[in-house]
Amino acid sequence: MCAPVAVRFRQAAAGYWLSAVPAALLFFFLVTLAKFSGDPIAVTYPWVPSLSLDLSFYVDGVSLLFAILISGMGLLVTVYSAGYLKDQPQLGRYYGWLMVFTAAMLGVVTSDNLLLLYVFWELTSISSFMLIGYRHEDEDARQGALQSLLVTNMGGLALLAGVLLLGLAGGTLEVSDLLNRREQISASPLLAPAIILILTGVMTKSAQFPFHFWLPRAMVAPAPVSAYLHSAAMVKAGIYLMIRLSPVMSGNDWWSSLGIAVGVATLLLGSYMSLCQTDIKLLLAYSTIGALGLITLLTALGSAHALEGAIAFLLAHALYKGSLFLVSGVIDHETGTRDVTQLGGLLRFMPVTAAASFIAALSMAGIPPLFGSVAKEIAYEAGVESGAAIATVVFAGGVSFVFVAVMAGGKPFLDTVPGARKSGHPGHVPFSMWIGPAILGAVTLLLGIFPQSVGRLLIEPAVLAVTVGTGSIDLPLWPGLKLPLFLSLAGIVAGAVLYRFNDQVRRRAAALMPKWGPEKGYELVLKWMNAVAVAQTRLLQTGYLHHYLIITMATAVVIVGIPLLRKNIDIWYRWLGLGLEVGPGELLLALLVVFASIWAVRSKTILGAVAAMGAAGYGVATIYMVFSAPDLAMTQFLIESLTVILFVLVFHRFPGFQRLSSARSRAFDGAIAIAGGLMVTLLVVMAAGTELAGPVSEYFVRASVPEAHGRNIVNVILVDFRALDTMGETTVLGIAAIGVYALLKSKRVKTRGSRQK
Amino acid sequence: MKSLILHTAIRIVMPLLLFFSVFLLVRGHNRPGGGFVAGLVAAASWALYAVAHDAPAARQAFRIDPRVLIGVGLGVILLSGVAGLLAGRPFLAGMWLNPEFAASGEVVVGTPLIFDTGVYLAVVGVVLTIIFVLEEE
Repeated sequence: MCAPVAVRFRQAAAGYWLSAVPAALLFFFLVTLAKFSGDPIAVTYPWVPSLSLDLSFYVDGVSLLFAILISGMGLLVTVYSAGYLKDQPQLGRYYGWLMVFTAAMLGVVTSDNLLLLYVFWELTSISSFMLIGYRHEDEDARQGALQSLLVTNMGGLALLAGVLLLGLAGGTLEVSDLLNRREQISASPLLAPAIILILTGVMTKSAQFPFHFWLPRAMVAPAPVSAYLHSAAMVKAGIYLMIRLSPVMSGNDWWSSLGIAVGVATLLLGSYMSLCQTDIKLLLAYSTIGALGLITLLTALGSAHALEGAIAFLLAHALYKGSLFLVSGVIDHETGTRDVTQLGGLLRFMPVTAAASFIAALSMAGIPPLFGSVAKEIAYEAGVESGAAIATVVFAGGVSFVFVAVMAGGKPFLDTVPGARKSGHPGHVPFSMWIGPAILGAVTLLLGIFPQSVGRLLIEPAVLAVTVGTGSIDLPLWPGLKLPLFLSLAGIVAGAVLYRFNDQVRRRAAALMPKWGPEKGYELVLKWMNAVAVAQTRLLQTGYLHHYLIITMATAVVIVGIPLLRKNIDIWYRWLGLGLEVGPGELLLALLVVFASIWAVRSKTILGAVAAMGAAGYGVATIYMVFSAPDLAMTQFLIESLTVILFVLVFHRFPGFQRLSSARSRAFDGAIAIAGGLMVTLLVVMAAGTELAGPVSEYFVRASVPEAHGRNIVNVILVDFRALDTMGETTVLGIAAIGVYALLKSKRVKTRGSRQK
Repeated sequence: MKSLILHTAIRIVMPLLLFFSVFLLVRGHNRPGGGFVAGLVAAASWALYAVAHDAPAARQAFRIDPRVLIGVGLGVILLSGVAGLLAGRPFLAGMWLNPEFAASGEVVVGTPLIFDTGVYLAVVGVVLTIIFVLEEE
């Protein structure tokens, strides 16, 4: 929240200062982890009890793992941004949204209440929209941001529906309670639709087929945003939800079949698409889609081993992909291009970055002793466990990861591209930009060398939290001479071969690419919605005040009038039943109002009409006074006076009335006006004649003095009993005034501008 | 619209109207009046001034931009609401300094009066924003 202020004060160093926030969070979660005993920590604050919506937080192994990942990456990315976005405009907004995003992500992974989780979930969508659209002068950036927002929000709505159904099925919205009610939930007929809806939400968020297309489009975001949102944090929110709910859902046919199908499709599609890319960020984006597919697949398989693989792979992926994204930002920043076919020989210019990039790439390729290899072995094992088909799919994914790793992480630094341009003038890479990849590399190496302790400390609590059975987890660096190892070796060789012939591969793959993807469908829907909106606007908003009035009036008459007439045939009876005593004074006033109205309609000049309308208004105000409503009368008088003043101000320059409309159209207008008047009269009579539960005014009369210490009931209602309403109304007034101001002022600017032309 | 009568009258009428508007505001809780009406009276007096002279003159005499007044008014309203929160009671809960005066019809000072003052300021701001702009058109 304070980020924009911080940027104002310390323009250059804001990134460093602000990194204290995620650093503190990281420290907090690490300490929590160190003290973590295996029992979940729960904290609850009531928020909106009437909706069973509490601020309840629940931290167990899974949450801790994600929280550490999020705050750790947040820290590195904030520091990195200080260098990457140096001297860019609107940094305050950028850091502000980055902090909002970090907080929202932490909220997602720590909230216990599913509605609360949904709120945070949408917050991440919105902040991600702002971050992707950071370069908002760029059409592509706006499009990409909008697309990601629309897709993820649509999924968010599905998620909300799904969560509510799950809440109905389980009788609670607290995840911690749901986990203990597996039997009850499994028996519920609501489970299948709930699963489908929740998975839809997961699929949009985690870029699963067929909603994967927003992720590559979101690559217009600055590199740190891509590293954070699109590899480490936001796209993992969907996965987190799947892992979180898997104790309840696993074993359900819908859950596993849908999850496996989506995971397989996404993995294959992402791997395949990544073969055709030349832009480093797109390479990484498509392979991220593939990796997310793999994690979804493993989670949906649901066995303890598969979950272990999912969590380990997720951690490894966040580390190496985050690092590679950051490196891609360094390359882009220093050379001005992200096209791998143009890049080569950067090793000399940025040795530290290159080293970090190699570690990440090797980890991605699954080469020991890096953590990626550990994760990959488990993934292969889980794949082999589930049969040949799944194993093949996982293998295909593995091959593409090797390919992308070499393309994105190795080639720009090592390759000597004949005829490639010398990549601009790569300058000195600032500390803030190489420290992030370097730390990620170090962590990857460290985790890879000591997989046992990582397993015990991080992975085991996470897996135990979401599996039904128990068992110890072990993460071997050396899996033994078994099938997974051979698969892994074969994968590395195959990936290397693919890379050797990467030009041909790219051409072949691109030729096979279908022209019609789900993105086309998204575009069609948007186009169609826009067309409908335009047609409807044309029809209803012609630009003539005359038409607007007719449409508004006629709609009101039809919508309100028809039910009125259908309900009350005995309206005249009620009229008499009211027993109004009309004295001569009131009759005179009524006549005055009627006469003034007629005069206003018949008047030849605008001023005359305005004055007549004012007279009619005064007449009505006097009637209020006769019926002892002085406040109302006073207000009415003033409003009438001000209206007349306003009209005089505007109209005194206008010419007199001219007969521009035909007699027929005037008759039509008159009919509508009369119908409107009749309707309002009927409504008033109805309202006065209907008593639902005794007038509320009696309560106000009684309570006014003792509770609100005022004797003017109207005022007491306005400023005390219904103060919130008044506040809202006053705000509306203010907005209206500013609207009028903007309308009149902007018109003037425009006419002045056109005159200058 | 130059008119000598209006010009001369406005000098006497305007202070009266402004005093009257404050009077309406303060007594509003117990007797006819209140922030909205009071705001309208005050705004009407300035509108008259604008008619008698012209909008730029009125704007100058008014000194502050009426748009600012809208914000200030809403801010005052918000403050009067937050006062309740600070005292550990609901948002916008009424609190008074001298509630015992209410029965006798005296002015009671409390958050509702502050709230009404906010309404008053906002209404003046709204009306004058519109009127000044329209007159300048």
